[in-house]
Amino acid sequence: MKDKIILNMITQRAIEEGQAMEKGKTTREYFEACSVVEMNPEDMKRIGIWRNTNVRVTSEVGSVIVKAIEPTQFCPPGLAHIRQGVWANQVVPPRTQSTGTPQYSGFPVTIEPAINEKIKTALELVQGAVGLWKGGN
Amino acid sequence: MPKWITQVGCPYCGSSCDDIEVLVSDDGKKILETRNACVIGNEIFHHVSSPDRPKKPRMRQPDGNFKEITYDEAVDYTAKTLLKSKKPLIYGFGSTNCEGMSAVARVAEKAGAVLDNCASICHGPSFLAIFDNGYPSCTLGEVKNRADVVLFWGCNPMHAHPRHTSRYSIFPRGFFTTKGQMQRTIICIDPRETDTAKLANIHLMIKQGHDYDLFDAFRTVLRGHDIPAEVAGIKKDQILEAVEKIKKGRFVMIFFGMGCCHTDGRNHNVDIAISLTRDINSHTKASIMAMRGHYNIAGPGQVWSWQFGFPYCLDLSKGTHAHMNPGETSSVDLAMRDEVDCFMNVGTDAGAHFPIDAIKHLKKRPFITVDPNICMASEISDLHIPVRVVGVEEPGIVYRMDNVPIQFKKVVDGPEGVPSDEELFDRIYERMCELTETEPIWLPSREHAKAPTAAEQ
Repeated sequence: MKDKIILNMITQRAIEEGQAMEKGKTTREYFEACSVVEMNPEDMKRIGIWRNTNVRVTSEVGSVIVKAIEPTQFCPPGLAHIRQGVWANQVVPPRTQSTGTPQYSGFPVTIEPAINEKIKTALELVQGAVGLWKGGN
Repeated sequence: MPKWITQVGCPYCGSSCDDIEVLVSDDGKKILETRNACVIGNEIFHHVSSPDRPKKPRMRQPDGNFKEITYDEAVDYTAKTLLKSKKPLIYGFGSTNCEGMSAVARVAEKAGAVLDNCASICHGPSFLAIFDNGYPSCTLGEVKNRADVVLFWGCNPMHAHPRHTSRYSIFPRGFFTTKGQMQRTIICIDPRETDTAKLANIHLMIKQGHDYDLFDAFRTVLRGHDIPAEVAGIKKDQILEAVEKIKKGRFVMIFFGMGCCHTDGRNHNVDIAISLTRDINSHTKASIMAMRGHYNIAGPGQVWSWQFGFPYCLDLSKGTHAHMNPGETSSVDLAMRDEVDCFMNVGTDAGAHFPIDAIKHLKKRPFITVDPNICMASEISDLHIPVRVVGVEEPGIVYRMDNVPIQFKKVVDGPEGVPSDEELFDRIYERMCELTETEPIWLPSREHAKAPTAAEQ
């Protein structure tokens, strides 16, 4: 068993995310739909975690705490998926290969257990990044 | 008696469904029920009545809190900020009508701004490929009536365009496709077994990021050459089987999505998809279409191409001519190089959907959001200006993903005093003209509400 694993990350749309987004990005529904990383149970085993454990996902640009869940749509070992949105964009590299489009899919991330870490809310992540977060939920 | 309004357009995804039915209360102010909409569309129609919606512009104060201000003050602040900026960036337009997109162009030209839309972080690479290689496309009606082999390459309509498969691409019975799904062969190419892949006859579980290789293998086989035993994680037999189905089809349709544009290769993946379409046409009929994300994200491509000659990443800062060069004039690249000194986010949420580093750069300078709802961008803005919701409180022209224009309806009245995008941008433009002591230019040929009548001229 290793304490961390390198996976290939994709961040794409999910209907749960779409529905919650229209309800509002500050809602509980949006938090639950998007603050998750879907990964194959085999990969979970490799770093010794159960499903629904918090993990730290780190890319070349940053890191974010999300909950590791079993994929709702099958993900092969080696591939991980965070639904598009606030949590995904904490780790998406802004490099665009001169097309304007960031690397939303196909970038390496390190995933490690972070059982005692708290998942931040969307507002805390975005306002925190620009120095406007004042605490609260 | 509450009234059912029929043939309503849905302001969510690129399918732009126009068969929604909405039950509106007696006073015409509240939406009680919807029919035909998907879960996401349903949520949009119900959300407009939410009591949390802001009804007045909010300006950030030195202590970091918002204070409500009047629309006149908001218009004045925006006009002055845009005029003061050397290179403002006006970005968004995923969720507004063509009237608003046309009105903002006047503001952008006056401000010498960079004008960009959500395609920049979405189907922008598809535009680049289309410029290079053409776009042998068709309408969704033709897909419904003719397509008997449908490829979904790097797209997942069951999640991103929930009614696409039932209205156009898999299930419906059409003129030549009288047996509906029974008559169609569905081929899905995706690294995950998505809910769309589960509906497919053939699912090629491609190795993520190797789309170009697989497209190339398809082309090689179609041209009668041999391929290696495995390409992009797919066995040769499976590729041959898929190509055989394609050759036997009477009308082959390729839909492609973010699986091609968001990953390595970008425009090259789309470029070769178009070449593949051309190759298939030497065996049977084939067509290709981008799975555009929002109900009117094809709109700015149409409107601005007509106004300036380019669909997105428009740099108007030179003042004499427009130029477009993604990588240089694209929003995320401009942000990362700290090249803009004012950011205006319109009808989208850059706060949630840009990589966070880009937002950190943009937030160093004035940050204005125009959006009906509270979103991540509004919550970090210096100024948030709410507007009416297009397709629910405001009618207008929208372009569906196949570039077919559709007139969307208004079903309920908007909150009192809240303007539409078009009205807001016209007011900002007028204020900019006042401040610079110039005459506003309104085009009579567009039958603009503010244009002088023939008698006045």
